[in-house]
Amino acid sequence: MAVTDRVRQRAPENPPDSKSVKRIALSHKVSRWDVKFSPYLYISPFFLLFAVTGLFPLGYTAWVSLHNWNLIGGQGDFSGLENYAFVLSQPFFWNALGNTFSIFVLSSVPQIILAITIAAVLDANLRAKTFWRMGVLVPFVVAPVAVGLIFNNLFADQFGLINEGLTALGLDPVRWHSDSTVSHVAIATMVNFRWVGYNALIFLAAMQAIPRDVYEAATIDGAGRLRQFFSVTVPMLRPTVIFVVITSTIGGLQIFDEARVFDQYGLGGADRQWQTLTMYIWELGWGQRNFGRASAVAWLLFLLIVLIALLNFFITRRIANQGGRK
Amino acid sequence: MSSIPMIQQTAGKAAARAAAKKAGSGKPPQRRRRAPGGTMRRPGFLTYGFLGAVLLGSLFPLWWSFLVGSHDSTVLSRGVPLLPGGNFLANAAQVLDSIPFWKALANSLIVSTVTAFAVVLFSTLAGFAFAKLRFKGSRWLLVFVIATMAVPTQLGVVPLFIVMAKLGWTGSLWAVIIPGLVTAFGVFWMTQYLKDALPDELIEAVRVDGASMIRAFWHVGLPAARPAAAMLALFTFVATWTNFFWPFIVLDPSNPTLPVALQLLQAAHFVDYSVVLAGAVLSTIPLLVVFIVAGRQLVSGIMQGAVKG
Repeated sequence: MAVTDRVRQRAPENPPDSKSVKRIALSHKVSRWDVKFSPYLYISPFFLLFAVTGLFPLGYTAWVSLHNWNLIGGQGDFSGLENYAFVLSQPFFWNALGNTFSIFVLSSVPQIILAITIAAVLDANLRAKTFWRMGVLVPFVVAPVAVGLIFNNLFADQFGLINEGLTALGLDPVRWHSDSTVSHVAIATMVNFRWVGYNALIFLAAMQAIPRDVYEAATIDGAGRLRQFFSVTVPMLRPTVIFVVITSTIGGLQIFDEARVFDQYGLGGADRQWQTLTMYIWELGWGQRNFGRASAVAWLLFLLIVLIALLNFFITRRIANQGGRK
Repeated sequence: MSSIPMIQQTAGKAAARAAAKKAGSGKPPQRRRRAPGGTMRRPGFLTYGFLGAVLLGSLFPLWWSFLVGSHDSTVLSRGVPLLPGGNFLANAAQVLDSIPFWKALANSLIVSTVTAFAVVLFSTLAGFAFAKLRFKGSRWLLVFVIATMAVPTQLGVVPLFIVMAKLGWTGSLWAVIIPGLVTAFGVFWMTQYLKDALPDELIEAVRVDGASMIRAFWHVGLPAARPAAAMLALFTFVATWTNFFWPFIVLDPSNPTLPVALQLLQAAHFVDYSVVLAGAVLSTIPLLVVFIVAGRQLVSGIMQGAVKG
């Protein structure tokens, strides 16, 4: 900057000789290039790296899924849709698909209800606000694998704290590691443990963005606190709920960590009671070393996620449009 | 757990302080933002009781992990332990014996730090361009970035592994670092932040002074981005530290990150759960320290992201 300042100050004193004119012209040209190309230069690291490490592998998955492809032997013959036909004929595929959805529903529905409830309480005029907000976020910094190991112990079939508690209450202990549905409950509990506080803070932020005079109007109309919560807070939170649902769908359908460590073998139980689709991809690709079939499942899961995301998008737009017409 | 009496104590003290203040001024202060109830009144003990229960729920699993990790492996068959035992160090020693804990810790530190730094740098650069510079196609490129936030790139693991194997990088930290260097979320986050936080006039001013674009970025863009950059760094650090699927696939048992090492510990000691849970505690301590130091920023980061996103 200092250099250019000096140039400008000196310019009126000296008659412009051809050399300095050339220099100024050049610097103008450089500056114009700078303005024109800098933005592309600045965004290029993201687009290049994302294309190489994100989009290319995803696209190439489709190519691999059309071949006989082995972890050791590498690329084999083109096989068309054979891998898909094989995978779709496997009971384990449909089992994993069902498990994934079951765990997803069991984790997302209670999670959102709990998170909104906690957010509503946090929205009160609390003392030591930051303390409570930080408190609910602690589970977020515990790695899913650690969460899985801890809850695996809490949900142990024998001597697990939860079964001890059930016995103390006079109930029968639950076989968390052998029955399909209850194992999903256990794994969903881990997911909920880690994400409820995080989502509660998101809802809290959305609640604080609701204009306070809406509540004042409701109070004047005689609405109690509970009525205000259901008639004002919850409807105003709809966009945030949709946002949380979409993000948790994308993450939830790829669940792996917690289910992987629910026992030490990592295949999802003796009868694959809690094997998820991502675990099935791992089993096909790195357990059975068949990259072609693993890719077929990965691509199917990808299409499923895109389909659900689009569905979400259109439902959202529909709701938004209806809101606008009112 | 000692948190409940502590909370009651602090709540009591604060209550006492507030009461004293009220008595002094004679009247509660007016014109402050109102609580959703439409009143300024403090919530009752039911609210604090509920929050106390939630807090207990979020801390209990960690406490339980420490409790079991401080006994030997027969403790649970003798009934529910109520107090920590004296076996934690012995279990910790066994953890250090059976997995390369220190190496895993160092690896997690390296991977998370490098990734966080790179994500912040590239996201701020791109965010600066999207928020403040005019160029052809910027709108569509930004739409593309937003759309890719929803793309489950994790599902490209098979080709990613093939490529890493071709390059001979399987087992090395590069295989974990490279795919994490950029995130669409980071770009979106910085764009949103810089739009409001950096006045256009400021950039024009330094441009008129003859600064090049990169100088404008360095002297004006970067300082303005600092708060959001710190939050993005924190998030990326935590997300990378806790990441399991891809490191588990591509790293060797001899050179793991912490979550991968934990899984190895489980495979080696599945009967001896007190050792496994001691390992879970040990592996969680570093991020807990980060949380105690920077948890406040993490909270406000999540809440800001929710309003802007």
